[in-house]
Amino acid sequence: MRIVTVRRISQTFFLLLFVWLCIVSSFGMEWWQLRGWPVNWFLQLDPLVALGTMLTTGTLYGGLLWALVTIILTILLGRFFCGWVCPFGALHHLVGFLGKWGKSASYKVAINQYHRHHSIKYDVLLFLLAAAAGTLLAESIRIAFNNSLIHWILIAATVCLAALAVAKSFSKGKRAASICLVLIGVWAVLGFFFGAGQMLGASLQTGLLDPIPLVHRSVNLALLSLADANPQKLSSSQRYYEGAWVIGAIFLGAILLNLKRPRFYCRFLCPLGALLGLLGRFSLWKITKKTDDCRHCKLCEANCEGGCEPAAAIRTNECVLCMNCLQECKHDFITFGALPSSSGEIASPELSRREVMTTLLSGVALLPMLNLSGSTVRNYNPAVIRPPGALAEADFLRRCLKCGQCMRICPTNIIQPAGMEAGVEGLWTPILNFRIGTSGCQLNCVACSFVCPTAAIRPLSLDEKRGRNDFAARGPLRIGTAFVDTGRCLPWAMDKPCIVCQENCPVSPKAIFVREFFSTIRGGVLEVRKADALTVEFRNAALPPDQLATGDYYLRRIEAGERERKLIVGNTASLATVRPDQPFSPPPGPSARLEIQVRLQRPQVDVKRCIGCGICEHECPVSGMRAVRVTAENESRSRNHSLLL
Amino acid sequence: MNHPEEDRAIDRRQFLKRSVKAGIAIAGASLFGYALYDPTGPVSSEDRVPGLVQLPSFSPSEDGQRMAIVTGADRVASINLAFKALGGIETFVKQGDRVLIKVNAAFASPAFLCATTNPELLAEVGRLCFKAGASSVIVTDNPINNPESCFALSGLGEAVRSIGASLMLPRDAFFKPTTVSGGTLIKNWPVLYTPFEGVDKLIGIAPVKDHHRSGASMSMKNWYGLIGGRRNIFHQNINDFIKELGLMVRPTLVVLDGTMTMMTNGPTGGSLSDLKATNTMIVSTDQVAADAFGVTLLGKTALDLPYLQKAEAAGVGTAYYESLHPIRVQTG
Repeated sequence: MRIVTVRRISQTFFLLLFVWLCIVSSFGMEWWQLRGWPVNWFLQLDPLVALGTMLTTGTLYGGLLWALVTIILTILLGRFFCGWVCPFGALHHLVGFLGKWGKSASYKVAINQYHRHHSIKYDVLLFLLAAAAGTLLAESIRIAFNNSLIHWILIAATVCLAALAVAKSFSKGKRAASICLVLIGVWAVLGFFFGAGQMLGASLQTGLLDPIPLVHRSVNLALLSLADANPQKLSSSQRYYEGAWVIGAIFLGAILLNLKRPRFYCRFLCPLGALLGLLGRFSLWKITKKTDDCRHCKLCEANCEGGCEPAAAIRTNECVLCMNCLQECKHDFITFGALPSSSGEIASPELSRREVMTTLLSGVALLPMLNLSGSTVRNYNPAVIRPPGALAEADFLRRCLKCGQCMRICPTNIIQPAGMEAGVEGLWTPILNFRIGTSGCQLNCVACSFVCPTAAIRPLSLDEKRGRNDFAARGPLRIGTAFVDTGRCLPWAMDKPCIVCQENCPVSPKAIFVREFFSTIRGGVLEVRKADALTVEFRNAALPPDQLATGDYYLRRIEAGERERKLIVGNTASLATVRPDQPFSPPPGPSARLEIQVRLQRPQVDVKRCIGCGICEHECPVSGMRAVRVTAENESRSRNHSLLL
Repeated sequence: MNHPEEDRAIDRRQFLKRSVKAGIAIAGASLFGYALYDPTGPVSSEDRVPGLVQLPSFSPSEDGQRMAIVTGADRVASINLAFKALGGIETFVKQGDRVLIKVNAAFASPAFLCATTNPELLAEVGRLCFKAGASSVIVTDNPINNPESCFALSGLGEAVRSIGASLMLPRDAFFKPTTVSGGTLIKNWPVLYTPFEGVDKLIGIAPVKDHHRSGASMSMKNWYGLIGGRRNIFHQNINDFIKELGLMVRPTLVVLDGTMTMMTNGPTGGSLSDLKATNTMIVSTDQVAADAFGVTLLGKTALDLPYLQKAEAAGVGTAYYESLHPIRVQTG
């Protein structure tokens, strides 16, 4: 079998596997729904996820260790992941192939040439990693400036080495040395000005452009939800995701760009491709030309996926190992081997010193500038309700990939991609919306905390969520608090009995309790024409027939005498009948005044018991802006948001 | 290609070199991954145990609690007389001591409204400390209004400068978490700790003020200004909280200024009609005793302030101030 066929089989297999893993993340009782598949496997294989979270947290969480497999294979073989595994890459490959279908060989050769803007993806990578390195930087500054000279020297040496390593990846010789020097200078200046300040920090933004989180997000939120609507439903109910169209449009845009240039995203934008290119630039085996004796017919470049120019000096860091050149070369000059290419190799991306510096510095500066909004501290947005188990906001943003796995798995569809609610850095991170889904956060569900690949939502046991057994002392986990809006609530503002919220409160004892209140209805003070023990006829009354017989309305004398309320069991426009076992004695005389009262149960929230699950908000009959709404106050994840002692 | 065999040898050498590099890279990546591997994930913020700090005790000696009550309208004269009655400030401040003064700078309001520690009083106490040989005097508070504005408008900032003391305005980095032993409210809570580092003596200077939630704001409630974070939630249980403040802060002595007492509209005041000349200056090593006497200036008794009983029961001091045999003097 030809190597290209093997590659195609591999791509098809991994693409189908990816789609399958997305499908099995659907909630339901069918055999293909939520049955313990390793649904995060692609995210875990992704070295950019691993590296990003390592920079921001200093740890490598759980399954992210899989990234080592990709890293090791890339060091040995080059960017095999892009050409053989990546599901996004496979899609680009396919659409790019369709785009150049039937075009002349010279056209194909032309669009598959290396373009100097291929280096943009390295800028993207550097920018995102620099933004993720802020905490590490702050920590190194803190340790260095707070400790003895020896510490200082040790740290400075480490920083030198790290800077040199970064610089060397991008260029050689003098340029590398000067980049390194400037980086150290910047580090020292930062330390001098910021010291142990709190502004310097990290934000994990790699997920915006990292292809695996991107394609997960797009498939989870924009594509599968469309499939949810068809008769062979994936989910038991239609899933909604606020702003999913933006995510879908970006996905489609990325796919359509292949018609302009094959693998546009991979060549120009993909930060993962850039990282793998850097890791694989000295790979042991690679595409090489056996002899320089070739006629430079350039046919090998007609279907070159990476735009790496195998006919000339091959750019190993651009090559995605599509192996098309092996097949195209009629003279069998090209092979996959250990010897360097006879027409030379270019292993480093072409980035200017200036470019590297600007990108790194703006990356490091990103978070301090975002921090100026104060949205992770005093100016936090109470509308940002995170799923149960979410870490405190700053820690959360250091881990969340915006991959949308929690949003797909949430049985009630309440986990939604944030727009600007959580700040720019919180774009597409999970926030809860209790109106859009099918209920609130289910009391006995911890699915999102288990699916989260980076523990931005840390794994919770049901005991911890419910505050049972070992966690009894701490009590249940709270994600917010419900507040009754007395201006919108039916019993509070409109004299209508309701308490749906109280009935649906899942906490035991209930966090929503009621206070009884009798309210005289509008135009409810009437004069008696005549009355007996059970029936009263009013003067000038226009009561809605039968509508006071709902069991909620009472008659009571206003003036002296018997003040007990009598339940109305029937009425006409001018007559009201009371319960036979609650007769008036004596019956009110003519001209006596009576009032009609409605018995209301006004809901109130016991803050100590409320867990913020939002079921009350979801069930509230005031369908637009609910009369009971949850905001983030008193959420367990932040001490500073607590409401009670 | 004149020497293909030589070329191949070079290629072989290069391949070996590259293999070694790749091996090192793989080993490095694996080691890194192994070292940082975290199979369980992060713990909840409630489970994270931070390095807790404790404020040191400055209380002179448990047996010899002392108190002076001076009657007079001139704060400078009164405070001098009070220290004289207690054997001079040298009894408390020794040569070379670093003294921390916690004032009540809570509001950005002028000194004559008496919502804050009086600046002349602060200056005089500071001067006396220097006279007794203090090597440095530090003044601090974490006020309710904006710190710079408070110290500027109350005149306290100028007072600090005039005597050559140093002012430590609160900064985020100055707060460290503390837990009060014997308490239930102040747990892992940020306290204004940095000003206490290397300090030998602590003096609290507070005015006597009406306070709606706790009944009165005096020496003990003045420590509220050492607390950081969203401290306003402690109003839900103000009496136990003030008791815990008393457990947390054991001062060398407190100066309770009842020269002008804010009788109404406290603790902000805002009008001269809120004030009453009560012409009293209290200096005490026992903060509970000082407040128990101070509350009488507001026309209340110690029983009106539950925190005094609670503090006494917790061993902070005695609300029966007569047991200290306070020295009563009058300015000329």
